[in-house]
Amino acid sequence: MSWGEFFHMGGYAVYVWSSYGMALLVLVYNIVAPILRKRRLLRDLVREKSRKSA
Amino acid sequence: MNFFHRFASPREFFRIAGYTVPWLGGATLILIVVGLYLGLFVAPADYQQGESYRIIFIHVPAAWMSLFVYMSMAGAAAVGLIWKIKLAHVIAMSSAPIGASFTLLALITGSLWGKPMWGTWWVWDARLTSELILLFLYLGIMALYAAFEERRSGQQAAGILAVVGVINIPIIHYSVQWWNTLHQGATVTKFSAPSIHLSMLIPLLIMAAAFMLFYAATVLARARWEVLDQERRSTWVNEYLEQL
Repeated sequence: MSWGEFFHMGGYAVYVWSSYGMALLVLVYNIVAPILRKRRLLRDLVREKSRKSA
Repeated sequence: MNFFHRFASPREFFRIAGYTVPWLGGATLILIVVGLYLGLFVAPADYQQGESYRIIFIHVPAAWMSLFVYMSMAGAAAVGLIWKIKLAHVIAMSSAPIGASFTLLALITGSLWGKPMWGTWWVWDARLTSELILLFLYLGIMALYAAFEERRSGQQAAGILAVVGVINIPIIHYSVQWWNTLHQGATVTKFSAPSIHLSMLIPLLIMAAAFMLFYAATVLARARWEVLDQERRSTWVNEYLEQL
């Protein structure tokens, strides 16, 4: 089986690869969300602390 | 019990979860690579659906997880409500967006599979409608939690909604038996032998395990920062911030 055939997915390429693409999006969202939360939270907490000590 | 009390202490949870997440993440990655290899390269085409059936390796694990995450969320919320364990509420509220994203994935991939196989993106039948209600339940729980100024009240209100919403879970599961539907019946979780070939069943189960570990990793990752936020007045958080 060639790569071209593989990506063609027997004519169902749009449906199959959109599904896998959506899965990738969901994984990325769930990985990025806690990282963003961490950044924002630590920035806020450090700022709050320096304001108190000042 | 000692272990549970230790683990339920916010400080210990933050520490233990901190070094558990990378391991769970690594295991998830390995399972996804193996699952995709077996599912996309080794498993043969389906005799009726051709190559389109390969959506199953995303769709079915996502749908299973939409139910599994809901049950863990509702279970954690119940523990939080009954025994007033703060960490349980944190786990419940951290599960909601993850469960919502799995539910959305199940609905979208179902649609992408339905179009070539059934000739339609959507039908208002029992299985699809009850799964859509599940998405709205998740979104309602998230919105309710966010609507309260005080975190504890939000956790309690959203927790009660999560527990009440459990009624939808058996409806989704049995919908394909109770009502006529376009959706196919169970092929894996039935008492007689599964009506799916091993070469397809194995990658399906591997992908399901991968999604399960992914949920474990990402719910702990979310819960860690929620805990740190909740405990911001305590000494250990101060010490943690010092050594950054």
